[in-house]
Amino acid sequence: MIPAAFEYFAPGSVAEAIGLLEQHGDEAKLLAGGHSLLPALKLRLSQPGVLIDISRVAELHGIEAGDRLSIGAATTYAAIASDPAVLGGCAVLAECAGQIGDIQVRNRGTLGGALAHADPAADLPAVVLALDAAIAVQGPAGARSISADDMFVEMLTTALEPNEVVTRVTFPVLGAGEGASYAKLKHPASRYAIVGVAAYVRLHADGSVAAARVAVTGAGPRAERQHATESALVGSAGDAAAIAAAAELAGESMEYLGDIHASETYRRAMVKVYTRRALEQAVARARG
Amino acid sequence: MTAEAPTKVIGKALKRREDPQLIVGQGNFLDDIKLAGMVHAVVLRSPYAHARIRSIDTSRAQAHPGVVAVFTGEDMLDINPLPCAWAAAGGRVQNNLNTPRALAVGEVHFAGDAVALVLAEDRYVARDAADLIDVDYEPLGVVVDARKAVEPGAPQLHENAPNNVIFKWDCGDAAATDAAIGSAEVVVREEIINQRLLPTPMETRGALARYESSTGEYTLWTTSQAPHVMRLLLTAFVFGIPEPKLRVISPNVGGGFGQKIFCYNDMAFTMWASKKIGRPVKFVEDRSENFKYSTAGRDHISDVEIAGTRDGQITGLRVQTYANLGAYISTIAPGIPTTLYGRIITGVYKIPAAYAHVTGVYTNTAMVDAYRGAGRPEASYLIERMIDRFAAEIGMDPAEVRRRNFIQPQDFPYHNGMGLLPYDSGNYEPALNRALEMVGYADFRAEQARARAEGRYLGVGLSSYVEICGVAPSAWIGLPGEGWGAGLWESANVRVHLTGQVVVTTGSLPHGQGLETTFAQLVADELGVAYENVVVEHSDTAGTPFGYGTYGSRSAAVGGTAIVKSTAKIKEKARRLAAHMLEASVDDVVFEDGKAYVRGSPDRSKSIGEIALQASVAYSLPEGMEPFLDETTYYDPPNCTFPFGTHIALVEVDGETGAVTLQRYVGVDDVGTVINPLIVDGQLHGGIAQGVAQALFERGVYDDNGQLVTGTLMDYAIPVASSLPSYELDRTVTPSPVNPMGVKGAGEAGTIGSAQAVMNAVIDALAPFGVKHLQMPATAERVWKAMHG
Ligand SMILES: Cc1cc2nc3c(=O)[nH]c(=O)nc-3n(C[C@H](O)[C@H](O)[C@H](O)COP(=O)(O)OP(=O)(O)OC[C@H]3O[C@@H](n4cnc5c(N)ncnc54)[C@H](O)[C@@H]3O)c2cc1C
Repeated sequence: MIPAAFEYFAPGSVAEAIGLLEQHGDEAKLLAGGHSLLPALKLRLSQPGVLIDISRVAELHGIEAGDRLSIGAATTYAAIASDPAVLGGCAVLAECAGQIGDIQVRNRGTLGGALAHADPAADLPAVVLALDAAIAVQGPAGARSISADDMFVEMLTTALEPNEVVTRVTFPVLGAGEGASYAKLKHPASRYAIVGVAAYVRLHADGSVAAARVAVTGAGPRAERQHATESALVGSAGDAAAIAAAAELAGESMEYLGDIHASETYRRAMVKVYTRRALEQAVARARG
Repeated sequence: MTAEAPTKVIGKALKRREDPQLIVGQGNFLDDIKLAGMVHAVVLRSPYAHARIRSIDTSRAQAHPGVVAVFTGEDMLDINPLPCAWAAAGGRVQNNLNTPRALAVGEVHFAGDAVALVLAEDRYVARDAADLIDVDYEPLGVVVDARKAVEPGAPQLHENAPNNVIFKWDCGDAAATDAAIGSAEVVVREEIINQRLLPTPMETRGALARYESSTGEYTLWTTSQAPHVMRLLLTAFVFGIPEPKLRVISPNVGGGFGQKIFCYNDMAFTMWASKKIGRPVKFVEDRSENFKYSTAGRDHISDVEIAGTRDGQITGLRVQTYANLGAYISTIAPGIPTTLYGRIITGVYKIPAAYAHVTGVYTNTAMVDAYRGAGRPEASYLIERMIDRFAAEIGMDPAEVRRRNFIQPQDFPYHNGMGLLPYDSGNYEPALNRALEMVGYADFRAEQARARAEGRYLGVGLSSYVEICGVAPSAWIGLPGEGWGAGLWESANVRVHLTGQVVVTTGSLPHGQGLETTFAQLVADELGVAYENVVVEHSDTAGTPFGYGTYGSRSAAVGGTAIVKSTAKIKEKARRLAAHMLEASVDDVVFEDGKAYVRGSPDRSKSIGEIALQASVAYSLPEGMEPFLDETTYYDPPNCTFPFGTHIALVEVDGETGAVTLQRYVGVDDVGTVINPLIVDGQLHGGIAQGVAQALFERGVYDDNGQLVTGTLMDYAIPVASSLPSYELDRTVTPSPVNPMGVKGAGEAGTIGSAQAVMNAVIDALAPFGVKHLQMPATAERVWKAMHG
């Protein structure tokens, strides 16, 4: 658990970071909270020659409240979980961030790092998908926005182009008739998600479901929307029976991972259980 | 001047005096020590679990800038293989021993086996250079499971161990047990697996050696629970050098749990390399290496039969255990699944016929040796699980089955027929009753039934345990008995300095047990001096009398008794000197509460401080008396001590996910006289956490290729505070007759009592699903499968 040698840079701006990335090419890696990258370095699974530490770049920090919440990529989970604007306007994000790893992980790990790394068991991708968050990135070719649905391509692979930096992520502010929830079965050692389900619903005035977005993380190689569940729910009364029936459709067309902690069979069953639990909670919240 | 005697401190919950230093970061651990000219060692480890080494080319590594030297096993052939200090049954049964060498020679036997040593100016360079060593391996067949390893056709690890069998050992009465089982009304059979655990001390292990060519002397700083034993083994067995040529120092040791008792290859190769290159050599494991190389615990597979009558009388117990000891024999490995396991397999019960047979087995895995509880957790888990299995089979309350079979107070000293010294003292039912009362057992079944109707699954689990502390008596453990080849007595020197300050040196080695505090409490009360005026020194073979170290919950019962005996000698000498000072007859002087006085006239007295001053300045001593109050004791106890208690766990199982929540945990322990309740509770808390973790979280898993799947803390689930409830503890006190304080021992009781309480509770919760047994750990998936599969 002794990393190979690397050069270390701590740029003051995103532009400077991008410049360094271009200069060092494949040799270089961004370092944010380090809670995925450093373990990989210590196990020598990854041996980049250059680390570019963006954790102290001012423009990557901060939570701005407005029509939408805009959160800097280098903001830590702990900051998100305790932020009044997040707790008030997008509590599910705090609920999720507050369950990541342990206190040490939450004090170091960052929103941008979690999304860019795209660990199959990471929590936040599920919430990003369910809330249809937008991921702002900046690269040598300029700035662009990646929609949540386009972001997670494969295990540890995202839509980021080489030398692009995640700068901010914007989340909706939930209003009346909207509700969201994150439910998670924790890995006993790492506390990563064995199965994590984020659910968002918007209800009509009569209480029936107007819109639903459900995303599962942990169970398979990447975080995924559950379209069958969503469609079954939309238009329904959003009662227990409708939720249970919709949850039964979750995870049917997914690919699964399995290990000593949870087999594919078990994950498949848990996706349904946690989808139901997340939806019940989301609907209850939407009803106020 | 006659000062008031200080208030008594035995029984007081004093805070541990060792803590402030650790809390503010002033501890001095192995890796804090830096010596001038020191080089850093990194070990190249085998990626294969079993392979022949065809060749090793170190030339690229040697040429790497900053590298001082690179060595392989062939370079170290002058180092003897590490000794095994405890063959099963003292070698009276055949033991096919293969102990590790400093570095492997010719063949590697587990993934992580040490292949080459790189010494460099810093650890990073050494690690880089290790990647530049080219080893040509020829992979061989691998077996990681003890039951499979003894089957015909299994890959063979060592030539001298056909079918990978290290020893076959037994105890008890085979014929009587066969008869009892053959004629029983009820027989229950079960396979009981006690999974492999990785001890995971917070500080990993390591060694720093310095050789001085001018004197030919070595100093070894190492993370050891037993520095004197390390000196003995390294000098007499590993290197064949005179004992005084090595000084061993244990600095602060950050948790041991048994893993740090043993003699490891790094002690040998740092010493050897330091002499070779003429510079101090430091090796400290990283966490992965600790998981891969340092000893693991448990790893038993047992076929068990328990027999009895329909009205709950147990009549027989037969156990056949395969104990996986890993790829080589660690220092005391064979003693654990034999002496410390088979002989206490009947637990707290009077079982008329019992028999245990143990096969020690080699597999392509890391070595297995003592881990907190060492054999007794395996035994208590097995018997307590089988008692519940039996109770379920005959439809009787498990508390009632326990009660009907308990050894009774009048039966002590009790011989269990398994070749153990007699259980010293005990009274098992009050602890059971108190624990049942604390959990509200009488009301629980109704609550359980209500919850089941709502689809919630609650369970209650009992564990009534007994264990063996103070493993030391030469009468049992020494030759020609159980195989240590020596009694594990303990030593203590007590000196009262001219200033009245008391210095205690002990062969015990506190590494988290709070012995500096406990021992000072003992001495303060015995001599009647202020607690603050007693210092306890330990850990350095140069400054302490020979002792066997700290493990097996032995330090209070054995080390503490040695101290008390030394204080008794001091008091006697003080009394004689006081008589001289008071011009009284020795027979008329008594020593009490820190002063010696003439019987009947308490005003004619001398305090211990005055006596110590006189003994030190020494200008007027009785005829023939030597100056100074300085007494040493080597104490070999006549028997072990046998703490006991009942633990009860309450769990809730999530019917949809199988997730287990430990809701309440009650423990009533009897550890004999309590010197410091805060420390005893702390030991119990930590111990219970480890037992609960075995039941619910921890397991060391190898895949079929011998790769450790749980090789990091991301996969090996240790308990954290948030996964445990607040324990509710109480105790009964049944003093041990074995030692003058009446103490039994508390270091391992929590671990020994707990895993089965939790498992019995989980299985109780699953009764509606027809579940009779579940192997540990009760992970969510396992429980879910048991319910839905
Ligand atoms: C013990 C432990 C437990 C954990 N438990 C959980 C858990 O329960 N749930 C969970 O979700 N995660 C968990 N994690 C992972 C943690 O959330 C990591 O922090 C996260 O995966 C990566 O974020 P980071 O800021 O630490 O990124 P780093 O480790 O610094 O970087 C990770 C990767 O992302 C890249 N990167 C970082 N920031 C950016 C950016 N702004 N733009 C582009 N690329 C970037 C880096 O180059 C690197 O490749 C755990 C980690 C540990 C060590």
